[in-house]
Amino acid sequence: MNRETATTMFWWPARVLHWLMAAMILAMLFVGAGLVASVSERHAWLLALHKPLGIAILLLAVLRLALRLRHRPPPLPRDLAPAVRLAAHASHWLLYALMLAMPLIGWAMLSAGGYPVELGAGVRLPPIAPFDPTWFAALRWLHRALAYALFALVLAHLGAALYHGLIRRDGVLRSMLWRQRSAPD
Amino acid sequence: MNEPTAPPRPPFPLARWTLIALAVGGLAGAFAYVAGYLDPQRLTPARVVDQLQANGGVHPGYRRNHAKGVCVIGRFDSSGKAAPYSRAALFAAGARTPLVGRFALPGGNPYAPDGGVPIRSLALRLTQADGQQWRTGMNNMPVFPVATPQAFYEQLRATAPDPATGKPDPARQKAFFEAHPETAAFRAWIKDQKPSASYATDAYYGLNAFYFVGADGARHAVRWQVEPDNGAAAAPLGAQDVNTLAAELERRLNQAPLRWRLWATLAAPGDPVDDATQSWPAQRPRIDAGTVILERAQDQDSGECRDINYDPLVLPDGIVASADPLLPARSAAYAESYRRRTYEEARAGGRPPREAAR
Repeated sequence: MNRETATTMFWWPARVLHWLMAAMILAMLFVGAGLVASVSERHAWLLALHKPLGIAILLLAVLRLALRLRHRPPPLPRDLAPAVRLAAHASHWLLYALMLAMPLIGWAMLSAGGYPVELGAGVRLPPIAPFDPTWFAALRWLHRALAYALFALVLAHLGAALYHGLIRRDGVLRSMLWRQRSAPD
Repeated sequence: MNEPTAPPRPPFPLARWTLIALAVGGLAGAFAYVAGYLDPQRLTPARVVDQLQANGGVHPGYRRNHAKGVCVIGRFDSSGKAAPYSRAALFAAGARTPLVGRFALPGGNPYAPDGGVPIRSLALRLTQADGQQWRTGMNNMPVFPVATPQAFYEQLRATAPDPATGKPDPARQKAFFEAHPETAAFRAWIKDQKPSASYATDAYYGLNAFYFVGADGARHAVRWQVEPDNGAAAAPLGAQDVNTLAAELERRLNQAPLRWRLWATLAAPGDPVDDATQSWPAQRPRIDAGTVILERAQDQDSGECRDINYDPLVLPDGIVASADPLLPARSAAYAESYRRRTYEEARAGGRPPREAAR
């Protein structure tokens, strides 16, 4: 039973991190979109939330990547077309890349804009880029462009997961859920 | 070990596909709503800045408001008298905090005549030894015309130049002010105000209320202002005086540093802390927090203030924002203005794009 579970399910810490980060990243995307589209007091408190949440995602993404490199995930079903298989792997590595890049770009962007990078409660991070408007402009643009790319990837990931779970019913979605039921039907 | 080569067809495939489409589409729709795409009536930072551009013109690389100005370098010498009210390091007795400031005129036109309107502003960015910053944007009027971002936006629209005449439509302006009685104190101020001939002889008011937070965590509602100690006011400017303020400032700074006393006024219980159109009664206690000393001026195109966003919500530990709705709106709109002008600067190779002389 245990051996079976190990090969068809994601390792439990990977599952916990996946769902925790899914909620955090979705929240982060909505917080970012909301704060740039608001002049109300929401702008201020969304901004105050955005920065520590971004750093938390960065730290968890590093942890998750380390776990991912130690524990191989369960293999994809063998009958998937090679192009689909490639798309699945590429989108997962792209998701990892964006989880790491977005907080770093945001941090560097604030540094380049000359803003103190305050996380709240007196915690302030050092700048990681020079005070330079050209850097700020490039990083600000990139932060927005990659946020849209990340959201598009999240939508594709959600659609694909539901396709596996509801249409193909091949065990791929279940491998990230809590309970392994009997063999896939 | 062998897995099935093709999964069996699930029951109710249409319902399953619909569920997937609803999940993906619903999430995309919620995002679009939050980002403002489905809500064209919402006042966004972009709409505020668009309206500033409509009024002042688009001048690449320049601020969308307070476009014309001059950088100043100096310091703040604390008296220590504000330290019991705020634990900010810059208020500690004997603290000397370097600052980068900027004097400016209102509006989005970097070529505006100095004598056109009597409003002047002074923005400061003070950087404590520990890296925390206090940024503040002040104006020479003691009250702001309006109390809310929506009313500010309507004021911008009401004072936009008429495409036919190039000047604001007096009837629209009159209608706006009649519909906004909260502008009365501002109108009374501006009615008798002559455009001063020197940045150095004006007082500048923080307008919005904030809280000072002491070492014990106690909060005190305050407003701050700086009062000049730079000699007599020069004769008022005429409306046609184009470019005298920056040169006059530089002449004075070549003689001696300029000084302003920083006063923090303490609110009494019941004083409005979320309405920048109302000043507090004159007898409120004032703390002499120290002296703002300006030592030299720099051209705004190359000086240190050029790439600073004077966001009034960048505050050190010991100062926190009040519930004044103008504060987050200023922060949001300044960020959008900063985004646009740094992008334009970057495209021009890191310098402010030079426009043809007009």
